[in-house]
Amino acid sequence: MGLNDDYEDIPGTYVFNGRRCREGYHLNKFCKSLDVEANREAFRSDASAYMDQFPMTDHQRKTIEERDWLGMLKVGGNIYYTFKIAIFDRLSMQHVGGEMSGITVDEFRQMMLDGGRMPKNNTSKAENAKNG
Amino acid sequence: MARIIGGVGTSHVPALGAASDHNKHDEPYWKPLFDGLGPARKWIEKAKPDVVILVFNDHASAFSVELINTFVLGVADDYQPADEGYGPRPVPLVVGNAAFSSHIAESLVMDEFDIAIANEMDVDHGLTVPLTVMYDKPEQWPCQVIPLCVNVIKYPQPTGNRCFNIGKAIRKAVESYPQDLRVVIFGTGGMSHQLQGERAGFVNSEFDHMFMDGLIEDPARLTKIGHTEYLRDAGSEGIELIMWLIMRGALSDDIEEVYRFYHVPVSNSAYGLIVFDEKSEV
Repeated sequence: MGLNDDYEDIPGTYVFNGRRCREGYHLNKFCKSLDVEANREAFRSDASAYMDQFPMTDHQRKTIEERDWLGMLKVGGNIYYTFKIAIFDRLSMQHVGGEMSGITVDEFRQMMLDGGRMPKNNTSKAENAKNG
Repeated sequence: MARIIGGVGTSHVPALGAASDHNKHDEPYWKPLFDGLGPARKWIEKAKPDVVILVFNDHASAFSVELINTFVLGVADDYQPADEGYGPRPVPLVVGNAAFSSHIAESLVMDEFDIAIANEMDVDHGLTVPLTVMYDKPEQWPCQVIPLCVNVIKYPQPTGNRCFNIGKAIRKAVESYPQDLRVVIFGTGGMSHQLQGERAGFVNSEFDHMFMDGLIEDPARLTKIGHTEYLRDAGSEGIELIMWLIMRGALSDDIEEVYRFYHVPVSNSAYGLIVFDEKSEV
């Protein structure tokens, strides 16, 4: 428990707090390692052997193998780190944003052109529950 | 004596840097944005700062999860543009001012702001995009840069009030430096945006306008915005706006808003730009 965790009421948001930072430590270090071309090459040629160097949980590995962008956040991944896998895959942040929110990249792009995801019904789980 | 002559707040969306690097200025998606930067570029061309103190955040480029510092001041002679996975941006080397940086570091610590000190630091889009915003594509950046890197990724980020106060301490440090230098301070990041989770793409223009209004009308009120309010109302990455409060803290109460520009979207974010003059320097 942190001093304050009322941010957990924000829908669709995984605040990178101390608990998540610890839980995702090795996953994020794996992501960070992809900054180096030699490591990208090693990951490309034998993903499983490369990931063995990082003591991640089986579940964390699975989120990476399946490119489950939302799942990575739920096991301690931070978007700036997990996005390095997307860069490796040559995917854009809009692609990842669409997948995390369950829409296509074109729908995501259009939503942004229309002004983005609006605050209405997107700021409080408690209020959303109250309003049904 | 060195003195602060103005301040700039700007988002540092990486796509803006990429659009500039690939000469997309005239494409329909980008033209309104680049047109909107024009007056700020004219302002800085005239203001001609010798030094820009650039408040930004690293995005897992220079720093990683092993060691997380809240405030890191660069004291190097220069800073290389970081490779963020696409190769380094084709922008000039960022030249620092080691002597002035060291003076600021000393002054801040004596003032009880215990910053970390970087003798080496690659700088990612968080720092180079604001330079592109203000200077376009020069052969060399026309100013020296003193980077101040702020942790905005790992909760808890420093409070807005702490940021405002370190800004004041920076002003004190600048004004106690004997060399005659014209300094502009940039606060970067924001505006409202969220990259992560099911709420990715979140934008809150009402919050953004309230924030920009507050910088000139009532900065003290902005210093009271708490973490959850930023995370909720500006988005999990919109909390970067605390870095604009460092810029505002470094300015006096006697400022004038010279220019403001707001545009949605740039990539997954709202874009904001604001420029302040110190009236005594005009």
